[in-house]
Amino acid sequence: MTQSVVVQVGQCGNQVGCRFWDLALREHAAVNKKGIYDEALSSFFRNVDTRSGAVGPDIYKGKICSLKARALLIDMEEGVVNEILQGPLRDVFDSKQLITDVSGSGNNWAVGHKLYGYQYREDIVEKLRKTAEHCDCLQCFFIIHSMGGGTGSGLGTFVLNLLEDEFPEVYRFVTSVYPSGEDDVITSPYNSVLAMKELNEHADCVLPIENESLCDIVNKINQMINSGKLGSTVKQNSLVTSSTANAKTLQEKPFDAMNNIVANLLLNLTSSARFEGSLNMDLNEISMNLVPFPRLHYLVSSLTPLYTLADVNVPSRRLDQMFSDAFSRDHQLIQADPKHSLYLACALLVRGNVQVSDLRRNIERSSETTSDPDISRGIQFIWDPIQRAQGCAPASEPV
Amino acid sequence: MSIVTVQLGQCGNQVGHEVFSCLCRDLHGPHGLSSSRDSQSYRDACRERFFWEQQSGGLVARAVLVDMEPKVISQTLSMAARAGSWRYSHHSHFCQKQGSGNNWANGYSVHGPRHKEAIMDLVQREAERCDRLGGFLTLMSMAGGTGSGLGAFVTQCLRDAFPSSFILNHVIWPYGTGEVIVQNYNSVLTLSHLYKSSDALLVHENDVIHKICAQLLNIKQISFRDVNQVIAHQLGSVFQPTHPAEGGSDYSRNPLGDLVEGLVPHPEFKVLALRNIPQMPENCLAFSTFSWPGLLKHLRQMLIARAHMEEGIDWQVRAPPPGPSSCGHSSDKPFNTSIANLLILRGKDVHSVALGSFQDPSLYTSWLSPQDAFHAWKTPRAFNKYEKSAALVSNSQFLLKPLDSIVGKAWNMFASKAYIHQYTKFGIEEEDFLDSFTTLEQVISSYTTL
Repeated sequence: MTQSVVVQVGQCGNQVGCRFWDLALREHAAVNKKGIYDEALSSFFRNVDTRSGAVGPDIYKGKICSLKARALLIDMEEGVVNEILQGPLRDVFDSKQLITDVSGSGNNWAVGHKLYGYQYREDIVEKLRKTAEHCDCLQCFFIIHSMGGGTGSGLGTFVLNLLEDEFPEVYRFVTSVYPSGEDDVITSPYNSVLAMKELNEHADCVLPIENESLCDIVNKINQMINSGKLGSTVKQNSLVTSSTANAKTLQEKPFDAMNNIVANLLLNLTSSARFEGSLNMDLNEISMNLVPFPRLHYLVSSLTPLYTLADVNVPSRRLDQMFSDAFSRDHQLIQADPKHSLYLACALLVRGNVQVSDLRRNIERSSETTSDPDISRGIQFIWDPIQRAQGCAPASEPV
Repeated sequence: MSIVTVQLGQCGNQVGHEVFSCLCRDLHGPHGLSSSRDSQSYRDACRERFFWEQQSGGLVARAVLVDMEPKVISQTLSMAARAGSWRYSHHSHFCQKQGSGNNWANGYSVHGPRHKEAIMDLVQREAERCDRLGGFLTLMSMAGGTGSGLGAFVTQCLRDAFPSSFILNHVIWPYGTGEVIVQNYNSVLTLSHLYKSSDALLVHENDVIHKICAQLLNIKQISFRDVNQVIAHQLGSVFQPTHPAEGGSDYSRNPLGDLVEGLVPHPEFKVLALRNIPQMPENCLAFSTFSWPGLLKHLRQMLIARAHMEEGIDWQVRAPPPGPSSCGHSSDKPFNTSIANLLILRGKDVHSVALGSFQDPSLYTSWLSPQDAFHAWKTPRAFNKYEKSAALVSNSQFLLKPLDSIVGKAWNMFASKAYIHQYTKFGIEEEDFLDSFTTLEQVISSYTTL
């Protein structure tokens, strides 16, 4: 089983990352009833024996002692990271996995990339090496950051550069949050453009995400809850946006709902690598099949369904509806309209109780509506039918 | 004689598990109307072919499991162990951590050479365990990275290490709607490389099996498990012991050899297709009766009209009249010209069956007489709950259209150089692609002008 390391840079990156770890723990808790440290857990967590202090040896099998996330938290101001360390996830992060400074980057890409990059280079490299050494077989680095700010975009892309130099064989998946139309950072266009150049050259795969789309999805869900259409058929705690029991309680932090969506995306992307299924797909396969030319590595992602049904047997109509939704603009995490332009390649990752025949039927349905491009269009599907403890939770995303 | 099975990649391992389960089930199943002595020799032959026995009496499959990631192999091993009637040997599997990423070049140029020693070591051990080695059966898919790329490399190594053994590659043709975007590239590369080292390629198409599951077996939600079970049933009906063509009461000693000798008279024509009749859901079996003339008539028409299963056969297609052949490519004509056919009959009254319809010279090419082109194997023992069943392994134009379509799609993709950088990264250059295209075009044109 391969391991992945998550590098969260900047305020946005750390907040999204925090939600990711929270959801990952919940997912594993739902599946792993016996508390045994298994292969699925080892892809994102280390099992550390903390009885001999915080720097215990790793335990590779047996019961879970103390889980530590394979992550690196980088931020040039202390507020966000401190908040994480005081929250419920404080034990998941090793104190050695943090790099912080006091003054921040001032929304300036140059400060993040050149100034802090230079200053913290050795530190970052050393901590990355340490994390990589704890991995048996490191397959992928996930970088989470925003493009509009200073640290996330500047220092984040510097780390990307570093990863390419130090670990050329390891895949680099970047989740970038692009600034939306009403962004409050004035220099965000400059920061984004400078960062994009780096992404073009050094990333293996980029998942761009727009705040606007996330907002729309959150609003859609709230609308659905408030209109009462969902009623009792929807499990409130399985909304893509919620992480706690009742979705109706006001979220304390305004971006939590949106960050949950991104965290869900990342979890589902890696699910086939962690759990077994009848047709597995690893991250290197995603990169292989969706990147026809080296510089065209930007993937439009979308998630369905936005809520899960309490009724476990998903009838075919709903399943077909899910597939259609996956290709619709409302469910995409970025404002784009590939249906009216061109699909170069498309992958469907399906989790839950879906069979080959359903997938084939839906692919034939959707291929009738889209036009034929010059490149022979291929649609790829992979899935793993894991039965999750809280009832079948089908979630599909075409990427 | 024993056959060593090499299961490669996720598909190969999943199918392999179903195949062994099917064989074992048949082994312990009822023996129809054959005598118990005959049944005993059948069981012995089957056991010797595919399994070896431990001191404690348990059956261990003669198989080597290879995959580049651990999930599937561990699942396969545990499923086999749980079933109880047979299992895999503890030391016959090889896996890595990272997988091949659906990249043929990765499987062939990187994983192949790197792990050649370890894999060939396992194969050697299995081969040495056999009293008499009858040959190798490799199970793989064409669309992925390990099965296809590493599979092609392993076949080459097998050919180098065992130059006089028979190698039969069982290849799974991916769904036309696509499972993997680069499946056409992977398929083209695999087929062209296998053509050089393998003795014969036995093909199963996912599309065809899916249709069989949907229409004949009435399965509503078809999973890969169902597909694999149908494949296993069809393979079992070919590889279970039979009496050889010349008659005699002993079971055939050299199944792979006989199959390859009979069906592949010329190295240019190696692609074999498999058709099996009848296929029906279990609950219908009690209400059905079969007659040999009926089964054979259907099978013959399936052969001529290139049908995939016993429903939906085009009965209008007839054999052409003898004499000089009319102009036009035979791929346009619906009639399927065969080079050689092998008919395997299992069930009661099998020795009195009239096989004249299959010996009709109009079915075959002009350069091979029906006596040489047609073979029949029989056994009175019923297979897998079907009182009478027939399987047809055919070297004919069955796979011409699918092959043509895959090469066409791959060529389209190649024309825009899409995904090539992923292969170049691991050492497969554009020249290798062009070579593969040339080889397959040659094969297609040979089959077309039959």
